[in-house]
Amino acid sequence: MEGIGLKILGALLTTIMAFAVGMTYGGITRKLTARVQNRVGPTIWQNFIDLVKLQSKKTNIYHGVMGHFAPMWIITAAMTVLMFIPVLHPNSTWYSTWFPNLTFHGDLIFLLYMMVFGSLGMALGAGQTGNPNSAIGVTRGLSQMVGFEIPFVLALVALMVQYKTTSIQDIMAIQDQSGVWMMFSNPFSFLAALFASLGMFRYSPFDIVGAPAELASGPVSEFGGKYLGVMMTGGSIFAFIKLTLYVDLFMGGAYSIPELLIKTFALYMVPVFYGWVSPRYRTEQAIRYFWGWPTALGILGVIIAVW
Amino acid sequence: MENKRNSQTIAEYIKNWSRKHSLFIMAYGTGCGAIEIPATLTSRYDAERLGIRGAATPRQADVLLITGYLATKTLKRVIRVYEQMQDPKYVIAFGSCTINGGMYYDSYNTINVLEKYIPVDVYINGCMPRPEAVIAGFQQLQDKIARGEADNGTRYKENLEWYRANQHRVIKNWRMPDYNW
Repeated sequence: MEGIGLKILGALLTTIMAFAVGMTYGGITRKLTARVQNRVGPTIWQNFIDLVKLQSKKTNIYHGVMGHFAPMWIITAAMTVLMFIPVLHPNSTWYSTWFPNLTFHGDLIFLLYMMVFGSLGMALGAGQTGNPNSAIGVTRGLSQMVGFEIPFVLALVALMVQYKTTSIQDIMAIQDQSGVWMMFSNPFSFLAALFASLGMFRYSPFDIVGAPAELASGPVSEFGGKYLGVMMTGGSIFAFIKLTLYVDLFMGGAYSIPELLIKTFALYMVPVFYGWVSPRYRTEQAIRYFWGWPTALGILGVIIAVW
Repeated sequence: MENKRNSQTIAEYIKNWSRKHSLFIMAYGTGCGAIEIPATLTSRYDAERLGIRGAATPRQADVLLITGYLATKTLKRVIRVYEQMQDPKYVIAFGSCTINGGMYYDSYNTINVLEKYIPVDVYINGCMPRPEAVIAGFQQLQDKIARGEADNGTRYKENLEWYRANQHRVIKNWRMPDYNW
């Protein structure tokens, strides 16, 4: 029984860490963006302050059952997916007891399904609010997802085919044995996945879903106060999940928390840097972007893997 | 020693502190004041360092900025936006036009005193106020929030009949949905 207690404690710790890291990365990004624009900018803890403020709103608008469930759905999906991601390398010493996960053979395919659950919850909730901006935002979001999922899946399929495994831990073990990170042994797949991550994080050229100027923040336009706060929490956990998945698959996982933070932060800066120098795409431009070179690189990666 | 917490509970103090440092503004850009808002928010005056950032919809916003004269037609929209905002909410009114009508004091289709239609927390005078004045106004609002005196939404609900009567007086074709806040 105490084994289970320890695991639950570890799961809680994982969630809290994912939340804190995701929120802090968001805050650091806001600060860095401000410095790039020659501003002073907010503190890096600004997102936490925003969250406390949102949670201490006195009233919240109620738009129906699905609108009420959507934020819960997002945070549930985020925590579920988090449980299947090896936060640290399974071979690392005491960390593996503190960061347990429900890994099994085939979790990579399962993750491909589960990772869209947050967006699905958002789509259902936004649909109930009846705001036309939300509907347009959802349409754009799903279109964009069709765009970036293709290079992303191609990259993962290449790994799965080449190493004949669908387990994240096996892929991490393979990188351990060969001593080469996947980003060097499968560079085309890595590049395809990296391009896909630009769309996943929805920074500047691909911020067509939120689009504050024309869509009034899109799907979340009717959500305020506590709902928005819960959505923010779920979103920051999802950011951590995607980064950790990339580190596990392409950078050999991490043996300690500082190593994990360095690797994830380096990955996180790719979409942020790209965003600073890019204006927003239109929906069809974004899809054309993803179905162009990223997909070509992904197919090249698959061909090399099958070879 | 003055009690800095102003006899608030600890929880209320923390809440007010976070409200003070995270103001999402809904800029209702009527009149000429709208041009001062981009200057306040962008690189030169950088309001984001005080935790002030733009919100795209009234649902997410805390502060409603009324930046100038209000025609009766726009007043209707302002009331709809204001009523969609969630408590606690604050209103900042810019310029002479919102205080006493300013240069439009004898116009046939603008309102003169904004306070009669929605409660206002902070007035920034000037025609138009410069970004420094706007940021000073924001700091005044922040002090008010920290003291726990910014109760805009409650004031509106308590005196709803008075505000509604004033609104009906100027808006002849009143076709507005009822909000349950």
